[in-house]
Amino acid sequence: MAREDEKIFLLMGDIGNRLFNDFSAQNPERFLNCGIAEANMISVACGLANGGFKPVCYTIAPFVTARCYEQIRIDVGYHGSNVIMIGTGSGLSYASLGATHHGFDDIALMRAIPGIDIFSPCDSNDVYACLGAAFESPRPAYIRIGKKGEPTMLPDIPTVKIGKMEMYRPGRDICVLSSGTTLSVCVEAAKMLEREGISASVVRCPCVKPLDTEFLRDEVMSNYQLVVSVEEHSLCGGFGSAVAEFIVDSGLGDGVRFVRVGIPDEFIHQIGSQEYVRKKCGIDAESIAAKITQCLSEEI
Amino acid sequence: MYSESKIDRLSETSRKISFKLIELSHNAGTPHLASAMSTVDALVALYWNVLKICSDNIGLPDRDRFILSKGHAALGLYTALAYRGIISMETLNTFGEHGSCLPEQPAPHLVPGVEWATGSLGHGLGVGLGMALASKRAEQYFRVAVMMGDGECNEGSVWEAAMLAPKLGLSNLLVLIDYNRWQATARSQDVMQLDPLADKWKAFGWNVEEVDGHDIKAITMAAENCYSSDNRPGAIILHTIKGKGVSFMEDDNNWHYIVPSKEHVAAARKELLIQS
Repeated sequence: MAREDEKIFLLMGDIGNRLFNDFSAQNPERFLNCGIAEANMISVACGLANGGFKPVCYTIAPFVTARCYEQIRIDVGYHGSNVIMIGTGSGLSYASLGATHHGFDDIALMRAIPGIDIFSPCDSNDVYACLGAAFESPRPAYIRIGKKGEPTMLPDIPTVKIGKMEMYRPGRDICVLSSGTTLSVCVEAAKMLEREGISASVVRCPCVKPLDTEFLRDEVMSNYQLVVSVEEHSLCGGFGSAVAEFIVDSGLGDGVRFVRVGIPDEFIHQIGSQEYVRKKCGIDAESIAAKITQCLSEEI
Repeated sequence: MYSESKIDRLSETSRKISFKLIELSHNAGTPHLASAMSTVDALVALYWNVLKICSDNIGLPDRDRFILSKGHAALGLYTALAYRGIISMETLNTFGEHGSCLPEQPAPHLVPGVEWATGSLGHGLGVGLGMALASKRAEQYFRVAVMMGDGECNEGSVWEAAMLAPKLGLSNLLVLIDYNRWQATARSQDVMQLDPLADKWKAFGWNVEEVDGHDIKAITMAAENCYSSDNRPGAIILHTIKGKGVSFMEDDNNWHYIVPSKEHVAAARKELLIQS
């Protein structure tokens, strides 16, 4: 994308090993290692945006959100600066490093700042599409991505429209709303449920803010009696919270049970692989399928 | 820019601006008067003698940029913009009114000439660095000046920017520190180990000048020296007096908060030699 748009400028916080060697070698005038100084990286990006560039700030999710929050709030948000912030290793991607590197609150933080679009792509094709959508918009954006090696869920690069979600796997009985890289476990859960005679649809939600309220109203709340949100993010303030807020505000909750799956409101002290820690939080296929089965049995 | 007659005229402008902001502070009932007064001479030097900022080039990509990072001194900035013809006197006089486009701390997109929303301290230098970098990387020269307070140097974000700028060859970036030796509740040196201030900036790799912060000619010369220097960004330590220009306000930190009364305004008018 940088080859086609000479305004794109990449800033990073001394991270990524040799990931950016090619970019920095080919575009030295549009690259800056800002050092381990994330607050300043954001401010510098905003100054660059003011000067006509399209800056992208890249570092690990907690460090491009919580660590420099004041700068995002004012220099990005208050000014509507055309800056894209990319948080890598979001959720529990860096589970083995402990809670300092867990990105469990980034959506909550960014949601609270007016005017920042929030993307949570499911795989690398989705990342590409979200980035494209973010570049096309003059608004600031935050994109939370995995680490690497996430399963490919989309065969090609999709078209991502800001504020839109899409049916990924249709189903009749219940609806699972998946944000981010949890799409793979949601689909696995849906297949498990299918074997038990439960038809679960899975919706891919690459855009958390603005939320696709039209889709929720027309395709979800009117068609299902059990809706489940799944995210690799705290249950406080993330994607599920955004959906819950809409359900309450719209009054569409009557006759529909809404259940949220995510990281509980506590620091995760268990150390292990992403898969291991996800299981501890119930963000795995078995746990999601079991929870859905339980909800359905409670209703009977 | 250094002729005696020009400097005399600028000194007169400085006195007019100082009085105007005392009047505005009285009318609007707003504090932070002394913090604004210590910046006036430097603002005049910058806007009239150093930076290419005027009503003709506002918003143009090659304009020079000034960021008042110590945003609580906004009244000084607004008044300078009005005397420079960038905003109207009518607009300036709405300060403090409901619906005014001049908040107590600068906001974006409300009036021409205000480059950045400041007031939360420690942002201006990083943003100014980004602007100066944009100029360099886009190969379109413009100057960037950022004015900070000495108390503002408490903020860690200032030093992140200070450590990065010298690595980038930004001789078009200038920071001016209003070294009036007070912050909100105490002498700056009593709160944190601020001194030796100039040495800190030198150690970080900046091209440092120290001047009398009320000597318009000296400030002009220092700024020009910095901008035409080698590859280093410039830092000017302005030795100033908080509340400068009115004897009963000078170096009295109560004037960080006090709103001047009618009597104060009348006394200030006399001291600043302003006709009624």
